[in-house]
Amino acid sequence: MSLPAERHVQVNGRRCRVWEQGEGEPLGFLGGLRGLPRWPALLDRLAEHRRVIAPSLPGFPGATGFDELDDLPDWVTATLDLLEASGLVGADLIGASVGATLAAEVAAFSRATIRRLVLIAPFGLFDEREPVKDLWATRPDELPGLLSTHPAELAAFLAPPAGEDAAEWSILLARASEAAARLLWPTGDLGLRKRLHRIQAPTLVLWGAEDRIVPPSYAKRIASALGGWVEVREIADAGHLAELDQPDAVAAAVLGFLS
Amino acid sequence: MKLLWFHLMPYTDLPEDFKQKHPSVWVDIDSRLFDPRKAHVLYNEFMDELEHAAEVGFHGICVNEHHSNAYGLMPSPNLIAASLARRTRDAAIVVMGNSLALYNPPTRVAEEMAMIDCISGGRLVAGFPVGTPMDTCFAYSQNPSQLRQRYHEAHDLIMRAWQDPDPFTWNGRFHKLRYVNVWPRPLQKPHPPVWIPGGGSVETWHWCAERDYVYSYLSYFGYKNGEATMQGFWDEMKRLGKDPNPYRAGFLQFVGVAETREEALALYREPAEYFYGRCLHLDPRYVLAPGYSSEATQRARVRSAVADAAARSRGGAGGGAGGQATGFEAIVDEGYVIVGSPDEVAEKLRELAVNLNVGHLMLLLQFGNMNHQLTQYNTELFAKRVLPQLADLFDDEWEDRWWPQGLPAAEAARPREVRA
Repeated sequence: MSLPAERHVQVNGRRCRVWEQGEGEPLGFLGGLRGLPRWPALLDRLAEHRRVIAPSLPGFPGATGFDELDDLPDWVTATLDLLEASGLVGADLIGASVGATLAAEVAAFSRATIRRLVLIAPFGLFDEREPVKDLWATRPDELPGLLSTHPAELAAFLAPPAGEDAAEWSILLARASEAAARLLWPTGDLGLRKRLHRIQAPTLVLWGAEDRIVPPSYAKRIASALGGWVEVREIADAGHLAELDQPDAVAAAVLGFLS
Repeated sequence: MKLLWFHLMPYTDLPEDFKQKHPSVWVDIDSRLFDPRKAHVLYNEFMDELEHAAEVGFHGICVNEHHSNAYGLMPSPNLIAASLARRTRDAAIVVMGNSLALYNPPTRVAEEMAMIDCISGGRLVAGFPVGTPMDTCFAYSQNPSQLRQRYHEAHDLIMRAWQDPDPFTWNGRFHKLRYVNVWPRPLQKPHPPVWIPGGGSVETWHWCAERDYVYSYLSYFGYKNGEATMQGFWDEMKRLGKDPNPYRAGFLQFVGVAETREEALALYREPAEYFYGRCLHLDPRYVLAPGYSSEATQRARVRSAVADAAARSRGGAGGGAGGQATGFEAIVDEGYVIVGSPDEVAEKLRELAVNLNVGHLMLLLQFGNMNHQLTQYNTELFAKRVLPQLADLFDDEWEDRWWPQGLPAAEAARPREVRA
């Protein structure tokens, strides 16, 4: 695993980190619930084929400024600014979890921004017959097992790298959790259902078959309402953080869809 | 000093196996445990107890706000305070208080508190808590990441609404109000005294100091555990150049008094164990919400958690492995509840007031499932034999600038007597 190149762009007057690796056509990636505290294996796989650009959303590792974002228009504006500053306008875009939520919103509000879209288990909808889990009302010891089918690997992914201050690292992860809550509290329903028809970019909807946060049945709800070409894939033995649980299977599905 | 009588209004009939059979006293408390006929009796006894406390000489009576909570039956303390305003004469009515971010528009708080201030003849203390994560983020679904920003905006709006003589437009970040014009206006000028119940965050201390508000540390864990926090508060006041006027501070303490220490130990065991066992049985899922604590507070907590762990590994902390005490002996040893004869209690409370430098002592003389009769006994004995030993403390040296003004007796309205 090599280290990505790092640069920073300004969004809302605050610095946001942009990681980049690989050659070829740009492929954007917006990270999930804890953002990208490290460069994940999935992006290594993708960078063998594409120039992967992974900007950090406000509040997620590498970026601050989320506490000025009060509502959905603020978040969509910040995401548009971030994609433009990172050189991702008109590119293919992958979003995971929180990142997928904002990728879907951007695709609905601004059709020209995204060429092809990959959504990995987005929030944004709520069906009371199969409710989205309240991931914040959890005990610290039960959360890894709720998020992932490979909790030990998740713990290693979130552990402070050598040389990092453990206390500051825990605050960095807590900040990411707060940023997600700022967007999604209390149910994750952002009214996306009313905008799905506006998403006309060809879309791959990916879902961990064992997602205990947003039920996998939401994949069909989303796919049936999208306005353009759509493909749905379930990833076996993967939870809500499917890109961490099964990086090879997710990479294969994404590259197959984009080729 | 001021001695205040504080009621939490706990539901007193939680079953003995509550901890085993139910996950939490708060947020998802089982509604099948609630009997409204029982609550009818409880509410009336509780309000009698507050009125009784005012009659026997406590300087103030206190109510507070909790939601979906079996140890706090006051989702709306203002309803209780309004009734107390009619049925008491001189005591301060301390609403401790309204969780500002829960009200939309927040001018509702300005209106209701102005009503209470008018009805009571200027006896209101306006308490403005942020509210716990359980109350605000879970029971009321407020966004924890916005809670403090909303709280501060609501505070600014309410304070202006009480003081600006003209209608104004509020174009805030979270609230847009074309016409703000609170009617009625509070009787106390420029506004009722403001007290801030808080935990131990440095930001809250600064905020109180800047605005000249009372900081009130409402812990259930007594004077021994509260010492470090109050020390931190006074160190910070000194650093900010504020005088050490004890009336800048309030502190909560559970007390059980009887003729002898032995008798007190026998009388207050059950209600104390009921409170610390059943009432504080809280699902850890609801204790934290992301963003509820600032990053500065998180940093301080990480540091103190490291210190706690070190202390515990050295064999300290009487509360047992990482938890609070629930057995009566430990509850008393740890100082959660002060029990004893009137003289013993007076001596301990004097020590508390002096060591913690607290001028507003809020006393919980009803706690857990303590029945009406025992509550009356505790209250009366305290008023007769403890309160007179303490009431003079601090007054030769310090002025309480945070106490309600009240109308002169000649101007005070006389509500008609209730006839059966």
